[in-house]
Amino acid sequence: MKLELGKIKINDIQFAEKTYVKDHVLYVNKEEVEALVLEDDKLLGCSLDIARPGDKTRITPVKDVIEPRVKVKGGEIFPGMIGKVTPPAGEGRTHALDGCCVVTVGRIVGFQEGVIDMSGPAADYCPFSKTVNLCVVIEPKEGLETHVYEKAGRMAGLKVAAYLGEAGRDIEPDTLETFETKPIFEQAQMYPDLPKVGYVHMLQSQGLLHDTYYYGVDAKQFVPTFMYPTEIMDGAIVSGNCVAPCDKVTTYHHFHNPVIEDCYKHHGKDINFMGVILTNENVFLADKERHSDMVAKLAEWMGLDGVLITEEGYGNPDTDLMMNCRKVEQKGVKVVLITDEFPGKDGKSQSLADTCDEATALASCGQGNATLHFPAMDKVIGTMDYIESQIGGWAGCVNEDGSFEAELQIIIASTIANGFNCLAAKGY
Amino acid sequence: MVKGIEKYGVPVVHMATVVPISLTIGANRIIPGVGIPYPLGDPTQGEVDSKKIRKRMVRRALKALQTEVDGQTVFEKDNF
Amino acid sequence: MAKYKIVHYINQFFAGIGGEEKADYKPEVREEALGPGTALVDALGEDFELAATIICGDNYFGENLDEATDTIIEMVKKYEPDVFVAGPAFNAGRYGVACGTICKAVEERLGIPVVTAAYEENPGVDMFRKDVIIVKTGDSAATMRKVLPYMVNIIKKMAAGEEILGPEEENYHERGIRVNYFAKERGSERAIQMLVKKMKGEPFETDLPMPKFDRVPPAPAIKDIKHAKIAVVTSGGVVPVGNPDHIESSNATKFGIYSIEDMDEMTPDKFTTIHGGYDRQFVMENPNLVVPLDVLREMEKDGEFGELVNFFCTTTGTGTATGSAAKFGDEIGKILTEKEHVDGVILVST
Repeated sequence: MKLELGKIKINDIQFAEKTYVKDHVLYVNKEEVEALVLEDDKLLGCSLDIARPGDKTRITPVKDVIEPRVKVKGGEIFPGMIGKVTPPAGEGRTHALDGCCVVTVGRIVGFQEGVIDMSGPAADYCPFSKTVNLCVVIEPKEGLETHVYEKAGRMAGLKVAAYLGEAGRDIEPDTLETFETKPIFEQAQMYPDLPKVGYVHMLQSQGLLHDTYYYGVDAKQFVPTFMYPTEIMDGAIVSGNCVAPCDKVTTYHHFHNPVIEDCYKHHGKDINFMGVILTNENVFLADKERHSDMVAKLAEWMGLDGVLITEEGYGNPDTDLMMNCRKVEQKGVKVVLITDEFPGKDGKSQSLADTCDEATALASCGQGNATLHFPAMDKVIGTMDYIESQIGGWAGCVNEDGSFEAELQIIIASTIANGFNCLAAKGY
Repeated sequence: MVKGIEKYGVPVVHMATVVPISLTIGANRIIPGVGIPYPLGDPTQGEVDSKKIRKRMVRRALKALQTEVDGQTVFEKDNF
Repeated sequence: MAKYKIVHYINQFFAGIGGEEKADYKPEVREEALGPGTALVDALGEDFELAATIICGDNYFGENLDEATDTIIEMVKKYEPDVFVAGPAFNAGRYGVACGTICKAVEERLGIPVVTAAYEENPGVDMFRKDVIIVKTGDSAATMRKVLPYMVNIIKKMAAGEEILGPEEENYHERGIRVNYFAKERGSERAIQMLVKKMKGEPFETDLPMPKFDRVPPAPAIKDIKHAKIAVVTSGGVVPVGNPDHIESSNATKFGIYSIEDMDEMTPDKFTTIHGGYDRQFVMENPNLVVPLDVLREMEKDGEFGELVNFFCTTTGTGTATGSAAKFGDEIGKILTEKEHVDGVILVST
């Protein structure tokens, strides 16, 4: 499967009469976007705002972050959610509006929505402090059941991103890259002297605010399967507004999966990147056992020499991570884990909820319990009302002037457990 | 928490869905839970059956507390 | 400028008082440098003065732990040192434990920075490495000269309030404290490089050696269930509606104790869950799924066990530090055994 990915560099977003891209600026027709969001009768209100890097602006509670993309040739974007599932995604040509994002904001569904600061100390930890963000602030109807509200917020973000992506359809991209993964035997033959490497991609799938969607299918309902990496670049996986903010693999991060990007960089040099084994993190022990068995079987069947495994979330998913590690290693396949750590505010407790002897190689994505001072900002997009109950906050953590103390956990994707950031932890 | 309590010489039965974590942290008497969002019972089977499941599990927990163990033990069945 | 003051703790042997036969020597203060203290003073230079040396026999310390600690704390307090130094203990086990104990107490009770030094196999190292900076030494006093520069460097930094760097830079035993930093390359790239090495069979370095969890021997079984008192504890985040004690949804720093007196079951109008790690819908509708009060009351009435403690202890398990969990367990265990005299505990996790 072969995909051309064209990136159109976006340096700014401005509101305008119509939606288009010109000279690296995304112009947005506010009324059209708002009308699009309010097509859903579960939502009463929608307002748009723009947050730029360096602004003294705080965005919270953030649900998802999405890069606008469009399929120029072959398939449709977000198959199964927005686009049709056939013809298949992952082929043809896709354009991305690089450097800008859609950020969905609205009062919390649970405790899991987080914070993006556009400047100040927290900005160092958040990838979306460096992008120009179109914030879509939604207002749900009173008394909406939580799952219904979550879905309304999720779909609003995807719709807006797909709508904005269209503006890039006929623009000549600044860069054009080609990614290709061949069918298994051809791919193996392409670099017979290089070790065959796969990526075990664990999707969070534990229920409300812990869900992920694969071609529109709730990830808790599938069994482990093979994916071409390019399918993921076309939005075959979208976030269901998952887990603790710091760990959230946003839909943006699915587009920009760092393991896939870096495996392609090494592809043909020191590894032969064979593709993705997709699996989930479920709430029943039998599922965990069955799916880790299947992951190991797939790794063996693909003839892999090594795999990288990433997780989303912490706590019991650490068990899925360790089961996958142990069972894949027992097949004689070398494993490196990528994950983040939660050793308590003082850093003295155990980093992981579960362990295994086979986990001899682990790349750390930092520890999420470290605390940080968040200074007051000039502007808040959304509301600060929930900071104390959002994950990472605590009762009394907000000061009168609007500044607060919280764990890094509260920042969107600060310790994301797929290796997207440079943040890491070491033993002192 | 399990170990902190058991240190005082009182038996603790850990009813937990993710048995591997329970084993890792060092619980000695373990009863597997039904699922993370509903460890004791199964509401998808209706309240009546869910409660029956819960009662059977709690009964098994009491039995585990009355059983001497010499190491970590998972009580998966009612008969032991 | 005023000189920085240090107080130095050593045992009877290094004070030149005697060996094993003098190990019951009681704590004593001398306002002079003794034994390794003299080399320390020389190496620290003009900005430092050694205000006092405290000497204590290793056996005396070990056998009178609380009393010896209290006495020595009082001695240290009088001199208001900028840094408290103990040892080095090298491979002397009782001395190493004493150094660790007294250092930890001085830091906790007096807020004075502390440093000691010992050989890696000294039992004091494993007991106190998390709490105290313990500079690495060889297994005998012959390595004093090598150790000295590292101790001096740390003492100087502590006195000036400068940052102590990592265990490799400063040559101390890793404390197991996880500290964030920004690596040159992102996690995915570092992982691939690690994997390439691992597949080739070349040496590689993991960011996180797998931790070892400690174990507690199983407590004896309940002999007489008909008269047994049972308590319920949970990490499932079940709390009274409104979460009166503000227990966190993740990485909890506290637990709650809530009455279930005169209740036949857990009702959703009284109880909810604030756990941030699972879909809460089912438990919010029926909290008995986590705190099985409905069936426990039936079984209590039917005489299947003696009695149920009239409260339950609760916290949030998700993302909660093992250190906090151990502390909660200890406090809960104390309440349940000493106050309630329970015979068994049911602990439910989600």
